[in-house]
Amino acid sequence: MLLNASGCLDALSAPEVARSLDGYVTKTITPEPREGNPPVRIAETRAGMLNSIGLANPGRERFLAQTLPRLRDLELPIWVSVGGFSVGEYAETCAALDGEDGIAAIELNLSCPNVDEAPEGAIEIVAACREATDLPLYAKLSPATWNMAEHARAVEFAGADGLSLVNTLRGLALDRNLRPTLGTGGGGYSGPALKPVALAAVYACANAVELPIVGMGGVRTGLDALELIAAGASSVALGTLLFTEPEAPARIRVELAAEAAARNLAHPLAARRMALGSSPESVVRIGNEFRK
Amino acid sequence: MVRRRLHRVAGAEPIGPYTLLRLERGDSEPGEPGQFFMLEAPGRVLPRPMSLCLATRAELAFLIDPIGPGTSALCELEQGEELHLLGPLGHGFDLAVERPLLVGGGIGLAPLPFLSKRLARAGKGRPPAILGFRSEWHAEAAALLPDAEVCIEPTFVTALLPDERHDVLACGPEPMLVALRVLVPTAQLAWESPMACGYGACHGCVVELDGELRRLCVDGPVLRHGGTHGSPTSPLLRRAGTASRTRAPAGRAGDSAWSVRP
Ligand SMILES: Cc1cc2nc3c(=O)[nH]c(=O)nc-3n(C[C@H](O)[C@H](O)[C@H](O)COP(=O)(O)OP(=O)(O)OC[C@H]3O[C@@H](n4cnc5c(N)ncnc54)[C@H](O)[C@@H]3O)c2cc1C
Ligand SMILES: Cc1cc2nc3c(=O)[nH]c(=O)nc-3n(C[C@H](O)[C@H](O)[C@H](O)COP(=O)(O)O)c2cc1C
Ligand code: FES
Repeated sequence: MLLNASGCLDALSAPEVARSLDGYVTKTITPEPREGNPPVRIAETRAGMLNSIGLANPGRERFLAQTLPRLRDLELPIWVSVGGFSVGEYAETCAALDGEDGIAAIELNLSCPNVDEAPEGAIEIVAACREATDLPLYAKLSPATWNMAEHARAVEFAGADGLSLVNTLRGLALDRNLRPTLGTGGGGYSGPALKPVALAAVYACANAVELPIVGMGGVRTGLDALELIAAGASSVALGTLLFTEPEAPARIRVELAAEAAARNLAHPLAARRMALGSSPESVVRIGNEFRK
Repeated sequence: MVRRRLHRVAGAEPIGPYTLLRLERGDSEPGEPGQFFMLEAPGRVLPRPMSLCLATRAELAFLIDPIGPGTSALCELEQGEELHLLGPLGHGFDLAVERPLLVGGGIGLAPLPFLSKRLARAGKGRPPAILGFRSEWHAEAAALLPDAEVCIEPTFVTALLPDERHDVLACGPEPMLVALRVLVPTAQLAWESPMACGYGACHGCVVELDGELRRLCVDGPVLRHGGTHGSPTSPLLRRAGTASRTRAPAGRAGDSAWSVRP
């Protein structure tokens, strides 16, 4: 299953891009409207980009009244990314989304810079949201930690149905005058450079928990996507790539199928957890030349 | 429809400090003057926004100022190489005007040749144009807009504004646009801001408009300032200590904070 990464596509501005995916993930919604950070908000670096968009969004009420009905017209599974600045804010938004049609899942953006990132904080948020809704809950985690596996176990314990891995890493770029390029100083680092980081995070979490995982971070090719699947992802999301190449989803699908076929896999998902080596499911399906 | 197309480079010619990058047109539409394309920048992560400068039946041409890694890579493209183009994007100039006057500053000349041609085609002949550059060398690019009146710094292009009322259509560095907005409140102005996607996906290109942060790639880049519109303030103007292109003293162009030409 191919998705966009939250904040990397506006389905209402580019519906044909959204329709080329298997589901649309919204930009993170907070209870109150947010203008976001002051410009400059983006900077390119050699192997990626920095952003300091700052969760610009119309707020929960306007999202429910104006955006969601228009998103439903796309007839795509909608994943709503939920953010907040306290446990209560997350849970209220989940409760408000609970009765709405057309929502396939909620992605809890637990990697928002102003939210406590300790596993205990994540546990509380996920547990409160679990109380508030029956919708599938995906916990989106930051890779900026030594113990991904512990985070994964914590949110699984709290009731998460899946993981979204990874959010951006913190980075800084300086301009010619050696001053920060972004208006806020630092920003979130995404794009090609993030891929090994994403792969390691997915691998660590898949080793720790059995939850479905949406893998993302620096995906540029079908092989990148297949590697994330092999590390344990069950879906893959495209972020920064969509800025450069809005028609990328179709290419990734073709490449993904070809990369799977080249390994004698009946389907790309047959590669799932192959990197972990121990899953009986994957061992059975590995082609002959990979068996030894 | 957000779809890129692959174009072959037909040629790349230097004009003053700039490069006119000519691409085989293929089946791409040129769009309206003032609209822009995202050009794949060789070796870079993100594409770069460029206004369409000229369109013929066979070619699309872009005038590029090599101020950094992306624009430099584009200027180094050679005949026969290929690159992806996304566009036309955004909102261009409104051509339904009575007495057009084109105003350009520096690389802001880029969209004006195509604009001039389209206005001429609409029946009233080539519209008058005034252009400002920071040196004689930069002013060589005025050849793309024959009959334009040209001034070189320290004279600013606003000094060439005629007394009679005109419908001003302008593109140039931010200080020029800010000055024009005061002098000619009805002017249509083409603004810039750094863009990652060009099609509304990243929210990176916002400018302040009517007290709100709006995406310039969707609501612009051409904005009208008569009446209800507020003032877009691009981040780059606000940054303290950033010398503007127009204010760089003539003959010392390379010292401008904007110019990172090797
Ligand atoms: C709608 C639109 C149309 C444009 N049309 C043209 C054109 O026809 N010809 C042309 O030469 N350029 C045009 N530009 C500007 C061009 O896109 C930038 O110069 C380019 O993206 C810079 O990339 P770089 O890698 O060379 O330099 P960078 O390293 O990205 O930038 C070098 C310096 O320029 C500043 N800068 C970067 N991007 C912008 C921007 N968009 N606006 C203002 N300052 C910026 C940076 O902050 C930095 O100080 C246009 C921009 C927009 C938004
Ligand atoms: C411009 C931009 C905006 C983003 N906004 C959000 C957001 O609102 N919520 C969120 O959870 N992640 C956000 N992200 C992170 C992405 O969803 C994704 O996790 C990250 O970019 C890594 O994937 P990539 O390398 O493919 O871009 C944003 C990323 C970018 C580049
Ligand atoms: S450049 Fe991405 S939203 Fe405007």
